[in-house]
Amino acid sequence: MSEQEIDLKKRRFLTGATSVVGAVGVGFVLVPFLSSWMPSARAKAAGAPVDVDITKLEEGQLVRVLWRKKPIWIFKRDKTALDNLLVQDNNLVDPSNSENQQPVYAKNAYRSINPEVAVIIGICTHLGCSPTYRPEVGATDLGGDTWKGGFYCPCHGSKFDLSGRVFKGAPAPINLAIPPYHYVSDSLIRIGIDPKAS
Amino acid sequence: MDNNKNWIDQRFPLTKVWNEHLAEYYTPRNFNFWYFFGSLAILMLVIQILTGVFLTMHYKPDAALAFASVEYIMRDVDWGWLIRYIHSTGASAFFVVIYLHMYRGLLYGSYKAPRELIWILGMVLYIALMAEAFMGYVLPWGQMSYWGAKVIINLFGSFPVVGDIIVEFILGDYAVGDPTLNRFFSLHVIALPLILVILVFLHIVALHTVGSNNPDGVEIKKNKDKNGIPKDGIPFHPYYSVKDIMGVVVFLMIFSSIVFFAPALNGYFLEAPNFVEANPLKTPDHIAPLWYLTPFYSVLRAIPPMFGSQLPGVLAMFAALLILIALPWLDRSKVKSIRYRSWPYKVALTIFVITFIVLGWLGMQAVTPLYSLMAQIFTALYFAFFILMPWFTSIGKTKPVPERTTEH
Repeated sequence: MSEQEIDLKKRRFLTGATSVVGAVGVGFVLVPFLSSWMPSARAKAAGAPVDVDITKLEEGQLVRVLWRKKPIWIFKRDKTALDNLLVQDNNLVDPSNSENQQPVYAKNAYRSINPEVAVIIGICTHLGCSPTYRPEVGATDLGGDTWKGGFYCPCHGSKFDLSGRVFKGAPAPINLAIPPYHYVSDSLIRIGIDPKAS
Repeated sequence: MDNNKNWIDQRFPLTKVWNEHLAEYYTPRNFNFWYFFGSLAILMLVIQILTGVFLTMHYKPDAALAFASVEYIMRDVDWGWLIRYIHSTGASAFFVVIYLHMYRGLLYGSYKAPRELIWILGMVLYIALMAEAFMGYVLPWGQMSYWGAKVIINLFGSFPVVGDIIVEFILGDYAVGDPTLNRFFSLHVIALPLILVILVFLHIVALHTVGSNNPDGVEIKKNKDKNGIPKDGIPFHPYYSVKDIMGVVVFLMIFSSIVFFAPALNGYFLEAPNFVEANPLKTPDHIAPLWYLTPFYSVLRAIPPMFGSQLPGVLAMFAALLILIALPWLDRSKVKSIRYRSWPYKVALTIFVITFIVLGWLGMQAVTPLYSLMAQIFTALYFAFFILMPWFTSIGKTKPVPERTTEH
């Protein structure tokens, strides 16, 4: 053995080949360990779609449900509120919903499938607080005459209109998000699934 | 690159440690199959800590939730079943490796001077590992967890006067319950792993101070060349690091086969009653510890109660464990390796290995008059090995030990 010359090329090849195969093996072993951090079957089941019956929802009323541990607002807007949504574009950061904060079927003037009924994820896009529902027109603490009803975040003062669009001058950068949802029937909303997927 | 190394070396002995323990740590050139198990034991410790860390993320140490949380890991957590099976198979594999590692010590006299301290540290490691495994087995809160814990903890109740207080102290309750589970969880995931890691570190420091023994039992440091390097030594890295990697690959092939195809291993690695939640009202039909504890469990059952107390059996069990520590002083032979030992030692060692296996097997069986008698005979043989060792290691003709390591 000692007489023979050491074949360095062969040694380098073998070391390299072993290292590559070993690294691939380590990669495969990593998969189960990292996957175990993803939402488990139980968490996924708990994150399943939520049904909301809106038969008894009255104009101006807001109900909150939890979907994937997030507050979801479902509220009914009257004719005045809907009209007001069309006239304040100048004060809004993104009046035309250009940011991808809503499914395509909610990318319209009222940010909803059915104009009267709004479905919005109630989490401020600034730092995650849940804004307060302030539907009363002309509330003095929120700007008096200019306030046409909307949402006010108690944490840092961001303001949103009744379709969740953010007003200029607020710390929140973009509009509130709209979850995927669809109507199972005229009075039953299923939150969590797009219309075409059902 | 060299600059970076210098920068570190001025602040931390990186190159020095690397050389002293790997690149210029001279190891006997004649290691054989039996020398794989030290590095495999370290591998098992790493695997157990790694899988344990991930299991702890999903497990709940609460008597009301523990069993369900283990089922949650098995069914709902992505790949949770694999992580748990690696951990449960790992516990048994760890003991397989440790027993073979200890047997290597007996074969080649690795416990003899100047390596007594390595042996003692190893024995303390072994006992700590048993405690770690026992407490880990309680955590799934199945029937075997519960009744196994109950039986083992009740052993301490046999001590006169203080027995009952010790038992309540360990339990934190009047029976095995939530406080017991909670403290065992803490010891299993924090205290004992920490102790194990520290002991492994000391075990290796002691080993690297005196150097490894070898199948010939020759001290390679007695024959050095003009550079002070043992003539029969080769650097641990790359020679033995590469050899050990080969051992790891073969070992992991066997290990994975069990994890994927037979994780319960017919009841030897995971006992069937443990798939039923702990029930204080009903003991399983047949109760036995896991295989790695059964030799000592046999010793316990072999000794009948005396003076209305179970104490003699308990003391015998602890003695069976602790007497191993005295091995370096019981062995009077001048030679280390089995290759040059006299025939009485070879016979005694063979009987001892058979005894250990038979005791282990008996510990898993239900008690019958025949098995009780067998357990008593083999318990006597177990202790005879140690008590008679000063005698049988000093008689018979040993073969001459060579000056240098031999090649086969």
